[in-house]
Amino acid sequence: MDKHQAAFKEEAYELLGELETALMALEENPKDDELIGRVFRAMHTIKGSGAMFGFDAIAAFTHDVETVFDLVRNGRVAVSRELIDLTLLARDHIHRLLDGREDDGNQEAEAAQIVARFRQFLPGAKNGDPGQDGPEAQAAVPFTGSGTSPPENGGSGTYRIRFRPAPGIFATGNNPVRILDELRELGPCRIVAHTDAVPSLDEIDPESCYTYWDILLTSAKGLNAVQDVFIFVDDAVELEIEPIDAEDNWDKKIGEIMVERGDVAPEDLARVLSERKRIGEQLIDKGLVLPGKVEAALAEQEHVREIHKERQIAEAAASIRVAASRLDVLVDLVGELVTVQSRLTQTASRLHDPGLLLVAEEVERLTEELRDNTMSIRMLPIGSTFSKFKRLVRDLSAELGKEVVFLTEGAETELDKNVIEKLNDPLVHLIRNCIDHGIERPEARTAAGKRAQGVVRLTAEHSGASVLIRVEDDGSGLDAEAIRAKALEKRLISPETALAEKDLFNLIFAPGFSTAKTVTNISGRGVGMDVVKRSIDALRGTIEIASQRGVRTTITLKLPLTMAIIDGLLVRIGQGYFILPLATVEECVELTLTDIREAHGRDLANVRGELVPYIPLRQRFGIGGTPPVIQQIVTTRVDGNRIGLVVDQVIGQHQAVIKPLGQFYQGVEEVSGATILGDGTLALILDIPKIVQRSEEEGK
Amino acid sequence: MGKIIMTVDDSASVRQMVGFTLRDAGYEVIEASDGRDALAKLNGKTVQMVITDLNMPNLDGIGLIRSLRGSAAYKFIPIIMLTTESQADKKQEGKAAGATGWIVKPFKPDQLLSVVRKVLG
Repeated sequence: MDKHQAAFKEEAYELLGELETALMALEENPKDDELIGRVFRAMHTIKGSGAMFGFDAIAAFTHDVETVFDLVRNGRVAVSRELIDLTLLARDHIHRLLDGREDDGNQEAEAAQIVARFRQFLPGAKNGDPGQDGPEAQAAVPFTGSGTSPPENGGSGTYRIRFRPAPGIFATGNNPVRILDELRELGPCRIVAHTDAVPSLDEIDPESCYTYWDILLTSAKGLNAVQDVFIFVDDAVELEIEPIDAEDNWDKKIGEIMVERGDVAPEDLARVLSERKRIGEQLIDKGLVLPGKVEAALAEQEHVREIHKERQIAEAAASIRVAASRLDVLVDLVGELVTVQSRLTQTASRLHDPGLLLVAEEVERLTEELRDNTMSIRMLPIGSTFSKFKRLVRDLSAELGKEVVFLTEGAETELDKNVIEKLNDPLVHLIRNCIDHGIERPEARTAAGKRAQGVVRLTAEHSGASVLIRVEDDGSGLDAEAIRAKALEKRLISPETALAEKDLFNLIFAPGFSTAKTVTNISGRGVGMDVVKRSIDALRGTIEIASQRGVRTTITLKLPLTMAIIDGLLVRIGQGYFILPLATVEECVELTLTDIREAHGRDLANVRGELVPYIPLRQRFGIGGTPPVIQQIVTTRVDGNRIGLVVDQVIGQHQAVIKPLGQFYQGVEEVSGATILGDGTLALILDIPKIVQRSEEEGK
Repeated sequence: MGKIIMTVDDSASVRQMVGFTLRDAGYEVIEASDGRDALAKLNGKTVQMVITDLNMPNLDGIGLIRSLRGSAAYKFIPIIMLTTESQADKKQEGKAAGATGWIVKPFKPDQLLSVVRKVLG
């Protein structure tokens, strides 16, 4: 596959995503012209580029979809649920074609069926045989017609056309109206009809054409295509097609345009201009020009201005496409720079050179700005994933016979691209759970005095250096008793264990836990919440459940903004440096020999009256030597429990650029990465939940 | 409400190809083997369009176009002629007789359809 094809595929996948979003939105606002335009453009581009890069099957298939949406765009076909369903099917099929998966024999038949159903929307094709070679034959038309047409965007030209057909045009079976329609199909078009040549009633010949037209057309199809429209009326009295430059002309005065069009002599214009009235009116008053001509010139002015405006908007939204891998390299480099910069700062302060200190400070400021900017480049609005879930909710609720409204908030919330990607599967799972287990059937809801339509709400918001993502449904809520019973059955808790409701809810994250009474093919197989929990853990995030029986269930994910940098607490044990992620750290307290003695061999510390178990990291990591007389306990909260980690010394807060460990250390679970400190030494970043978990396992 | 198109050609294979393509695209097709056959089959019947060859026995394309344009029922319908490159003067003659447009032989089915759509709307 050459790179053009790869580029097309990438673009096409994106367009398909866009298409899906637009279709979902269109379902809610079937009359939204802009959405219809988006669907049409997506199809149009897929078809056009597809043919250019040799994806003939895609071009052929897309053709009919595009045609139908062209009709929709012109208001000739209404948007219906059926049309949207069908277009979604078509979208999926195009996706399959793009994937280039082996045809399993059904694909072709399915495609033919989809095409046939689309044809039902086409006027005059109601009784048509869907045909075997139909789509190919049709799709080929635009590409054989005018040879090398310029590309869609940027290649569009604006044409000034005057068309005065021969009076006998009707007798040749040609119809000016059809010609104008054909022009409209080429692009945005302004048409002004001139009727000044129509004679009085007693002189009129009803079989003759007296009207003539001024047309302003902007089309990407090229001059050839425009000329082709008039190919059968080459005997017209007047036919001028003149490309004009919309870029240069966008702020032309009406008088200038009319002189250029040859409707007014420059000297007449100059004379009239001196009289200071609206120029069009003046010209008409003087009888120098017919009202229709002024109208046509005004139309041109407006048209050209619009085109110019559109281009400006397009330019403003211009963006550059960069491979994600390059960004990763950039982030890596910035990370190195941050490290070197802190070494510079340390060196400067050690040398006490004021000149060097000044430079070091400046470098520090710039580096910080650079780092923030670089990080923000990788940030994407989470909305791109939100729209995918719309489809999910729609399909699922239909399948399960439930009525669900899906609401999203905070789609603009930005999050590291890598985090967003890894968030997809957990969110899919949570939303599935909401619809499958949370939302009740419409009958049950009505019986419970709720609205028949359930609500699933997905929200995202910033909170400090984290992003909170909530998945909430107004369904049946969690059944604490059922969870307890299930946990007992699975021997996750013992009968005498007393648990707060919140802790009970947390049990659903235990591997293999599921309370659903029946297994649907969507969820309830018992693999699920534990996987969700693990994915969120891997993102260094936390997950929380709140629920009120019969009212709602809310699941809150708290995620770090980025995975490349972490706010940590730098600590030392012996000669080794370690970073504890600040998000889980609560406080630091001293641990004296007296404390240890009073605990009678148990690793428990009394923190302001509360007994907190601790893990002596020195022992845990097998670091030799003797600990200092006063050690430090860093208390952390893991899964709602306070646990202390004992270190020699707490050095302070440190922003760590995370470097992955080499493959060699992949098996070391307690360490999630490493970072380089200002003086070049290495600090390991500890995975606190893992350390706690492993200690517990070993303790048992 | 399928549109009816008459195709007139003395070559059975051309008639077949044109007929097949048009029917496939959803049009109703009446076939005639020459100008005289065409006039006999039309006989005041409504058609939306005629596609005719020029060189035909009995009554040629030009003659057919003239007599159709002379009749009120077919005065304004699109009539497309099938010509070859070498028939530039024939093309002019056809236009003068009242032909709407032309298709140059040989042509592909999709080219035919694009012309039909162009004049039939």
